[in-house]
Amino acid sequence: MENDQDKIINNVTSGEYKYGFHSDIEIDSIPKGLNEDVIRNISLRKEEPEWLLEYRLEAFRHWQTMTIPQWANLKIPDIDFQDIIYYAAPKKKQGGSQHANSIDPELKKTFEKLGIPLEEQNHLAGVAVDAVMDSVSVKTTFKEILAEEGIIFSSFSDAVKEYPDLVRRYLGTVVPHTDNFFAALNSAVFSDGSFCYIPKGVRCPMELSTYFRINAANTGQFERTLLIADEESYVSYLEGCTAPMRDENQLHAAIVEIIVENNAEVKYSTVQNWYPGDKEGKGGIFNFVTKRGLCRGENSKISWTQVETGSSITWKYPSCILKGDNSTGEFYSVAVTNNYQQADTGTKMIHIGRNTKSTIVSKGISAGHAQNSYRGLVRVLKKASGSRNFSQCDSLLLGDKCGAHTFPYIEVDNQTSIVEHEATTSKIGEDQIFYCNQRGISTEDAIGLIVNGYAREILNKLPMEFAVEAQKLLQISLEGSVG
Amino acid sequence: MNVHNDCRERYHKLYEKNIEKIKAKSSPYVNACREPAFEKFMQLGIPTTKNENYRYTDLSHFFNYDYKNYFLPGREDFLKAEQFRCNVPDLDTHGIILLNGFYPTLTDKLRELPGGIMVGSLNEAAKTFGDKIAQHYNRFINGDSDGLVHLNTAMAFDGIFVYVPSGVKLQKPVQVVNLVDSDNDIFNQHRNLIIVEKNADLTLIICDHTLSPQKFLTNAVTEVYVGEDSHFDIIRVQNEHNNAAKITHTFIHQEKNSTASSNNITLHGGLVRNSTHHFLGGEGAECSAYGLYLSDKFQHIDNYINVNHAFPNCRSNQLFKGVLDDMAKGVFNGRIYVMKDAQGTVAYQKNNSILLTDDAVMDTKPQLEIYADDVKCSHGATIGQLDEDALFYLQSRGIDRREAQLMLMFAFAHEVIQNINVEALRERMDSLVMQRLRGELSRCANCMVKCG
Repeated sequence: MENDQDKIINNVTSGEYKYGFHSDIEIDSIPKGLNEDVIRNISLRKEEPEWLLEYRLEAFRHWQTMTIPQWANLKIPDIDFQDIIYYAAPKKKQGGSQHANSIDPELKKTFEKLGIPLEEQNHLAGVAVDAVMDSVSVKTTFKEILAEEGIIFSSFSDAVKEYPDLVRRYLGTVVPHTDNFFAALNSAVFSDGSFCYIPKGVRCPMELSTYFRINAANTGQFERTLLIADEESYVSYLEGCTAPMRDENQLHAAIVEIIVENNAEVKYSTVQNWYPGDKEGKGGIFNFVTKRGLCRGENSKISWTQVETGSSITWKYPSCILKGDNSTGEFYSVAVTNNYQQADTGTKMIHIGRNTKSTIVSKGISAGHAQNSYRGLVRVLKKASGSRNFSQCDSLLLGDKCGAHTFPYIEVDNQTSIVEHEATTSKIGEDQIFYCNQRGISTEDAIGLIVNGYAREILNKLPMEFAVEAQKLLQISLEGSVG
Repeated sequence: MNVHNDCRERYHKLYEKNIEKIKAKSSPYVNACREPAFEKFMQLGIPTTKNENYRYTDLSHFFNYDYKNYFLPGREDFLKAEQFRCNVPDLDTHGIILLNGFYPTLTDKLRELPGGIMVGSLNEAAKTFGDKIAQHYNRFINGDSDGLVHLNTAMAFDGIFVYVPSGVKLQKPVQVVNLVDSDNDIFNQHRNLIIVEKNADLTLIICDHTLSPQKFLTNAVTEVYVGEDSHFDIIRVQNEHNNAAKITHTFIHQEKNSTASSNNITLHGGLVRNSTHHFLGGEGAECSAYGLYLSDKFQHIDNYINVNHAFPNCRSNQLFKGVLDDMAKGVFNGRIYVMKDAQGTVAYQKNNSILLTDDAVMDTKPQLEIYADDVKCSHGATIGQLDEDALFYLQSRGIDRREAQLMLMFAFAHEVIQNINVEALRERMDSLVMQRLRGELSRCANCMVKCG
């Protein structure tokens, strides 16, 4: 019985990575290595203004003084930062394809294979997509419809050209280039990403989304997302990502900055499915991401939802700075690690304004030889009277070789605040499985059922289109692990 | 960084200057541990806030200071110790007094109690019970990231030694009273070794007192070996003045099917740091760790607790509670570490704190690190205030608000106190906690009349 169960767990957790194909697209890239000339080169290719180049160089100079952070509960192999291509773009076809609306058919095929519609009449009609391949944005859909509402949704490079003042005003205000090692690196070499501005009083009529795809070999992806929600506005933003299966590791270091003004709300959802490496832990993406939102206005709200199933190493802490009075921060996360994946993820909630509220719900699922850590900080400053935090971190262990860890930090400087934290770690109970078996549900299905029920609270927070996919993803990630 | 290096240099000088004096009167085995330990200390230095385990506790203020060190007691010290009497009513114990880290009698340094139990000075025991010392001394410490443990190993001269042979159950608890009393500012280090052999039982009470208002720094290490099927309780009551720093490290090593509990009750103290390590080194071992901290003014109380599940089917439980008033700062850092093959582990941890003012700070860091799958582990931490509904309930029954607050705080603290299994001490603690909450204790502690 015990063995049977092990076998089933193995079956459930050893599922194949569906998006591991590689598309044959001609690539325009710069040589490996990182120095000031490379940065100048990137900036030149993107036809950037002088101030942005200065910003990059300043970040680069700062980055050179920093060392890779060691505090996370991760085993990070040495990364040779000179052995990475910092800019790779699908080559534009000669002739007619210069026109913005025509895309290389090979590219289109790639995104179709990934289920991402680049054509606006597609079934996912309610979602506007910015598709990013390696270092550049390939296509942004529904731009015109959004523009009617005054919403700016474009690739970062276009935004720099079209709205330099807006970009300049907000870039680096939430995540300064001095923030951490990977943020500094990103600030120096970031290639593309999405820019979004929701004007006063506008409720964005559709979901905005960015889809990131790494395709070229030996490259790193360094995108940057900047999202600004002006007073009384609302936007729901999605982010998805995949990469081909390769034996060598690839680096992904992104920055997401969100600024939310009075009474505005941003809902940011991520389904992270970078290539996690094979069963022996070979290959996979190193995912080092700095995500931070600033609730600048009163009654503003940021809600992070993440489903983390991919990457061989995940180092990611989407945070909220609750500066405006009565602002709210939320963090809902499911992190699944299998085989030799490692994840150290969590959040920071910094309560600065009065009556600020935050909720943290984190669910970790660990299988195979994986290590899954929750690391979070809740800090209540002296002036944040009447603040409230609730945190819950649960870990589920599938298999006896994996680990689950919890590292919460709680710092309270205020008498009228209430902070609660609870965490549990356990495996799926024999009795739960027995109960299902008794009712004619096979052990495999029972485990799927229990895992799904366990993660449901988070999946429910995702927009509908994503929730279905995430649920499937969860099952695939754990395929072959249950037992 | 500079301060850090200076600090190390300061202790290097201290070591060079005094090590011969200390070595001359210590046993060879203990001396053999000194040099390697000091080398380790020189690598690690005094922990700074960069050290994850000391993240919220800055020791530099106390360590970067010139103490009038003294390493051997003088005749007048013995007299002082003679005069001290513990005033807890009905507390019947085998008493030992430790003055500034020394065993202050000239003769009778090692007492034999019924059943072959030995109680007395560690320095003396190291000379007569060389084999026991070699077996257990310096074996259970885990100071990989903590230079202070090594500093203690390198320079501690004396402390308490308790040996309970197999099958012996000591009826009365052993009570150690740690007194600090000097006309100078002093830095003292002492070292305790407790050995509880198979199927034995021991309760140890450690009381920390300061008798004079000088600036004191104490760095104490206690090693405990709990043999198979044995039971051991340690209760530490700390009541020191606001200018004293107390750093304790307790390492409890438990064998198969043993049970142990530690209880740190901090009533008063300038800077207090208790690190307690329970190592569950045999199947079926169980441990409980309790702590209560009540602080006000600029006091700083840090409880670090590490429970290490190394074998299957062990259980552990942690409960730490505290009330913080004025500008006090409380720190709780609790860790449950479950090793790879420790299946069937059950581990709980709870930390509740109440902040009474806007200037009080609580930093808490409960951690779970789990490498086995068949476990049930959980932790909970809360920081908040007294329940308004409960206050209202009491007030609506004619109890004034201040009194109602006291009642609730007392009940809050009692949850920890009730785990003390020495009745006389439990009652005394209840009354001390009540006094403490009323603010009477600090008045007494600062008073020079010493009427108590």
